Amino acid sequence: MFSYIIRRLVVAVPTLLILIIISFVLMFAAPGGPFTSERALPEAVMNNVMERYGLDQPYWKQMFDYVTNIVLHFDFGPSFQYRDRTVNDVIAQGFPVTLTYGFWSFVVAIVVGVSLGVAAAIRHNTWLDYLAVGISIGAQVLPNFVMAPILLLVFTLWLGWLPGGGWNGGQWNYVIMPVIALSTSYMASIARITRSSMLEVLNSGFIRTARAKGLPTSRIIIRHALKPAMLPVLSYLGPAFVAMITGSVVVDVYFSTGGIGQFFVNSAFNRDYSVIMGITILVGALTILFNLLVDIAYAWIDPKIRY
Amino acid sequence: MTIKTTLMAGTATALIALAGQAMADAHAVHPVTGQALASEQVFTYRVLDDFPSIDPQLIQDVSGSEVARDLFEGLMNEDAEGNVIPGVATGFEVSDDGLVYTFTLRDTAKWSNGDPVTAGDFVYGIRRAANPETASEYAWFLEVAGILNASAVTAGEMPLEELGVRAIDDLTLEITIDAPRPYFPQTSTFPTLFPAHQATIEAFGDNWTDPENIVSNGAYTLSEYTPQEKLVRVRNPMYWNNDATIIEEVTALIINDENAALTRYLAGELNMTDIPAGQYPRLKEEYPDQAISFPNSCSYYYMFNMSDSGPEALADARVRQALSLAVDRDIIVENVLAGGQRAAYTFTHWAIPGWEVPDIPMATMTQAERNAMAVELLAEAGYGTDNPLTLEIVYNTSDSHAAIAVAVSQMWKQTLGVEATLANQEWATFLDTRGEQNYEVARGGWCADYAEPSTYLDLFTTTSSYNDGKYSNAEVDALMQEAKLASDPLPLYQRVEEIAAADAAIIPVYHYASVRMMSENLENWPTENLLQNWYSRDLYISASE
Repeated sequence: MFSYIIRRLVVAVPTLLILIIISFVLMFAAPGGPFTSERALPEAVMNNVMERYGLDQPYWKQMFDYVTNIVLHFDFGPSFQYRDRTVNDVIAQGFPVTLTYGFWSFVVAIVVGVSLGVAAAIRHNTWLDYLAVGISIGAQVLPNFVMAPILLLVFTLWLGWLPGGGWNGGQWNYVIMPVIALSTSYMASIARITRSSMLEVLNSGFIRTARAKGLPTSRIIIRHALKPAMLPVLSYLGPAFVAMITGSVVVDVYFSTGGIGQFFVNSAFNRDYSVIMGITILVGALTILFNLLVDIAYAWIDPKIRY
Repeated sequence: MTIKTTLMAGTATALIALAGQAMADAHAVHPVTGQALASEQVFTYRVLDDFPSIDPQLIQDVSGSEVARDLFEGLMNEDAEGNVIPGVATGFEVSDDGLVYTFTLRDTAKWSNGDPVTAGDFVYGIRRAANPETASEYAWFLEVAGILNASAVTAGEMPLEELGVRAIDDLTLEITIDAPRPYFPQTSTFPTLFPAHQATIEAFGDNWTDPENIVSNGAYTLSEYTPQEKLVRVRNPMYWNNDATIIEEVTALIINDENAALTRYLAGELNMTDIPAGQYPRLKEEYPDQAISFPNSCSYYYMFNMSDSGPEALADARVRQALSLAVDRDIIVENVLAGGQRAAYTFTHWAIPGWEVPDIPMATMTQAERNAMAVELLAEAGYGTDNPLTLEIVYNTSDSHAAIAVAVSQMWKQTLGVEATLANQEWATFLDTRGEQNYEVARGGWCADYAEPSTYLDLFTTTSSYNDGKYSNAEVDALMQEAKLASDPLPLYQRVEEIAAADAAIIPVYHYASVRMMSENLENWPTENLLQNWYSRDLYISASE
């Protein structure tokens, strides 16, 4: 097991490097640059700016310097769009925000999703099943860019219960709407996956044996069925967790949370090269990490899996 | 002075001081309008995006400039109508040749840490903008202002000391410009030319604008800045005219989505926000006192690619003329935009002070007459059913640009049988496409840098780097050159517009308007200030009856 983890971490390094190279190539292939504006800058001004950010260097040198700075100083460079900030500043400010609402969304999605899925499976083909399936399909088809304005309309304008946006250091009433908007579609997916895998497990031999032994249903579900039924959910949770804690453009844009989700889109539009790279590397590294954690959790849940 | 008058003067001074104290009081009234003031003087408004910078010498966007005008103060300010009025300088003198401006600074102006504001601070600030090491993208504005040697200094070809700005003494600043520019004093209201506190900048480097470090000289100081969320500024007790400030706290909330912003405005979280395109008529009906529209100094136009890479047809003025005539501006302004914008037949914004729109034949025709003329001209140029003209319209991705492009292509098709295809491109790609003349017809928008027609008309000159259509007319170039030195350039500017209209250099479509929701009790908003250079210290919140 230990050597497996080491092996995976070693492989992560070239994976990240390839990610960096591909992103660099795509980035510079896009027309325009960070300092493209309606009024073309005078040449002297453009030269000064390009020199300041090292953009006058050949591409290979830029990439080499970039990687060197990350490895040696953990420095992701200055933002091109926000002159007073570095990429480290941008991430340090925005990541805790998305981590907070992403984590709570994750908790809500799992608790509600798994409960709905289990309930639907146990009461298969009853009104409860139909209701649970109905809710999860409804939540799945309602995209969060539709959900967000509806939440805003209901809770801020009509009821006046919640502030319409902002973060305020993560005060609870500012976190509610982002969490609802972000968690619903994940919750729906988790409910559907749980339901179908639970149904499959409940029809398997060892559950029949447990029932034959006369064990109470609650014990069968919790002790015997839930764990194997969670395997397909688990492989979904790794990438889903990364997606949640790195935020969502819609949530950030609608609720002005200040998270890093919006930079996925904005930094690309602004050709803010260093921010694009910083976010890409962050998400890439987190994805690698959580996929590894999921694989480890697999081995823990299913004794048949050994590395 | 007798004892009695001394006493009276003393009492008056005490009363004025008291009035200042009483501003926050519920019973206070505005000293000029006499309106009762609300007990809470807090102004909250929405901005679209986070501020790329709030460092005056680096700022290049409108919302950053709004913050800078509150936090800092330049030599001159603008009043509600856009006239230049004293700021840190009490006034200025111009040399006979119009090249040397001597500003006298007030001795009461202080930085927020108590240091006096000196001429040296302005020299430092302006040099800082030009300094290649600062690498300010807005260094070009010093060239617009015409400060002597600005481009050479920015290019690193001359030392900073050669820049046309020097301190004669602590309270006297001399600025030399390269040619007479009547609009020069107005450029001093722009953040690029603001003073800077050298000790603070040298101590904190790039972090000098953080709330805990910043030293500023305006009516407000920065109290809080959470990137992507909000920026808060509070009254600056060290400001020389602090007694006249009424608003205690100003908050800019960064809300990307304009519909979300509108909902939050309606929920009472904001005093001011923009109205999303197309919603003005509905909101005006529901909230007649809050939905407002006033001119905004930008013009919307379509440009033709007249360079060698452009289509042959567009080199023919008759074709361009026909395409321009066939665009029914009234439909675009009234049905597509519906926010108080004005149809445009010339480029310069109609509301520029002192500007008189020349008589352009097209402007007074009916649309039916225009269409008839357009058909004729296009046929003359050799295009028709047997030889149809096909064009591509490029615009940057946005709902309203798309709506206008659809309308224009329909008008061209119905009136002229022109087959226009539409292509939308993401902003940076679009600018590249346009800048490299890699298009046929493209959307353009231009906003005034200063309130004078040349800010628009310079785009018609052959050498302008913003002339993406590559329009070129020797007479226009000569007229614009002549206008620089003319005592009354208006007729020259009018002639340029006439020539550009006759050549159909561009298709002017409409003149912008600011379309906003504004709380009924937010008072003194300078709707007459065309460049929308507003200062929070001029605003106040009236008590609701």
